[in-house]
Amino acid sequence: MLEFSILFPSILGGLTTGAVYALIALGLTLIYGVLHIINFAHGAALMVALYAVYLLKSHFGIDPYLALPIVVPGMFALGYALQRGVINRASHGKDENILLVTLGISIVLENLALMAFKSDTRTIETAYTLSTVQIGPAFIALPKLVAFGGALVASTLLLLIVHRTDLGRAIRAVAKEKQGARLMGIDVDHVYAMSFGIGLGCLGAAACFLLPAYYVNPQVGSGFVLVAFTIVVLGGMGSFAGALLGGLLIGVVESLCGLFLGESLGQIGIFAIFIAVLLFRPQGLFGARA
Amino acid sequence: MNHRRTFIRQTAAAASALAFPLVGGAQPKAVKVGILHPVTGALAFSGQQCREGAMMAIEDINKAGIKSMGGAKLEVLLGDAQSTPQAGTAEVEKMNEAGVSAIVGAYASAICLATTQAAAKYNLPHVVDIGVADQIVTRGLKNTFRFGPGYAVCAQVAVNNLHVLNTVAGKPAKTVMIIHEESLFGTGTANLLARELPGFGFEVKEVVKHANPTRDFNNIVLRMKSINPDIVIPANYYNEYALLVRTMQQQKVVPKAIYSVLGGAASSYKFLKEFPDAANGIIDCNHWFNPKDKRAAELRKRVEAKGLFFTYEIFNTYTAVRLLADAIERAKSADRAAITAALAGSTFSDHFMPYGPTKFVDGQNTGAQPLMTQVLKGDIKVIVPRDYREVDPVFPLK
Repeated sequence: MLEFSILFPSILGGLTTGAVYALIALGLTLIYGVLHIINFAHGAALMVALYAVYLLKSHFGIDPYLALPIVVPGMFALGYALQRGVINRASHGKDENILLVTLGISIVLENLALMAFKSDTRTIETAYTLSTVQIGPAFIALPKLVAFGGALVASTLLLLIVHRTDLGRAIRAVAKEKQGARLMGIDVDHVYAMSFGIGLGCLGAAACFLLPAYYVNPQVGSGFVLVAFTIVVLGGMGSFAGALLGGLLIGVVESLCGLFLGESLGQIGIFAIFIAVLLFRPQGLFGARA
Repeated sequence: MNHRRTFIRQTAAAASALAFPLVGGAQPKAVKVGILHPVTGALAFSGQQCREGAMMAIEDINKAGIKSMGGAKLEVLLGDAQSTPQAGTAEVEKMNEAGVSAIVGAYASAICLATTQAAAKYNLPHVVDIGVADQIVTRGLKNTFRFGPGYAVCAQVAVNNLHVLNTVAGKPAKTVMIIHEESLFGTGTANLLARELPGFGFEVKEVVKHANPTRDFNNIVLRMKSINPDIVIPANYYNEYALLVRTMQQQKVVPKAIYSVLGGAASSYKFLKEFPDAANGIIDCNHWFNPKDKRAAELRKRVEAKGLFFTYEIFNTYTAVRLLADAIERAKSADRAAITAALAGSTFSDHFMPYGPTKFVDGQNTGAQPLMTQVLKGDIKVIVPRDYREVDPVFPLK
């Protein structure tokens, strides 16, 4: 069981899954870091994005990768509208309200999906679904490799936006000191909505990379949202580098646990790490000390 | 005079009633029948196939109606078990309220276990169409009848024949890996196999279970690579079966045989059409029709004309509904107790399954048996037993 030819493919497979986890967690950590919103609707929003990719493929024959320029802006717009139109208005500035509002949004979205698509598990077939690439002794599915590359590129883009652009500077300013940012002439409401939009845009990208090797049903998001929260805690709340490395690490842990403990118990390792981090390093790997 | 007029009036009324049977209540009352399957959720494909089979049987039966009841038609109430036992039970409650005379369903073992129990409360006869777990018919429920074989019989037949095939080939296979889905059907089948195989000199290296749905079999196949079993035995539903075999193909794992027991895709024309390379050589011990019966070939043509695949879900449920109609015919009544009694004493023989004489003992048809098939040269052919054999088996594959 411990031969290189078995461990190596498993670790590689974990890294490819982890990259997508990281992308999902980046969206979550951005929303948390700036808005201090614990976004319970993150999983449901991912589900919406997956259905969008599914519908584009099944009705219009658009390849999931070519759907990126449609789904990412679409999810961004949805996020912007949700934050400005619903979350901001309904929360009246109280954090506990925001928690409930996002939870409510997730319930509404999941049930709308249940109404529209029933509880069926749907998949898409593409010409490359079963193609593999050989790396040393490992055969990695092509869609997973693309997902790995795509998720890393998307994460890099996000980091560039946050660190190099005016919008990024504004986001960081609002995250640090909301009142001060407002006094400097930053439109705080706009920055909030932009952050939420970008967070959901990340999900749009994740959905495009995920679906060729995965499935969608109305409950699909809940599995991811727990993992994403673990990654955010592991990497440190609001830390982008932490989310990226945390995602990759969690992916590998999940894959190895699946290999050794059996597929049904694969996620045990993730939650063991979650508890260990909370006990011994509550600020996370890259988080600032409280 | 009066008499004559009355006579004419009555004759005219009778004649018009004959000519227009819909007028004046001459049409016998329809018999309500519940058709219950998981048509949404993880088992949606199989559930929909079952429903198609049932509806085709109803269509055939309703051409003449139930003759002993003046040509009464079967009126269908469709139910969706949503791939969970809870939803299945709720549908039984609804069907009971609606006054059905009997239920046919509910595909998956775990769902059948719940729906037969729920129906038993109302003494409502329940014909199980697939549901291979033997717990379904061993709980002493008087309302439950299963026409097809259970998993104990299937596992026994599979193990015996594996031993024969292996012995004839000079015992090339020694080790086995079993991969099964985690609900009642897969777990029960895997336990039976793991218990029986060592008695025939096979070493069961590993028994792995997985959830429904599973979208990634890479880890399981990596384990397989490390164990390197001679024979891989899958017991799971269509989607997972297909993905498992395709992942084995991707990872270039080729055992001496893929030997399925009630494999969800092993003897499926759908799988064969979509992935002919992955399907090639796969052996399966499963529900199958008598390949020499013309009626099976005719039904297959009709099913394929609808753009559907002739899978075990379709022909098993088709036969199950015919079995029920036969019982209603002999019960001459829509009464639940009368139908239950007719099912219990059924000698139903007007079918194309490769079974012995129909005889129900504690709700199980003792004549039922599975057949062994193998995918060879792009078609699914019966290899065992000899009476139904179409081609000689190829074992081992490499």
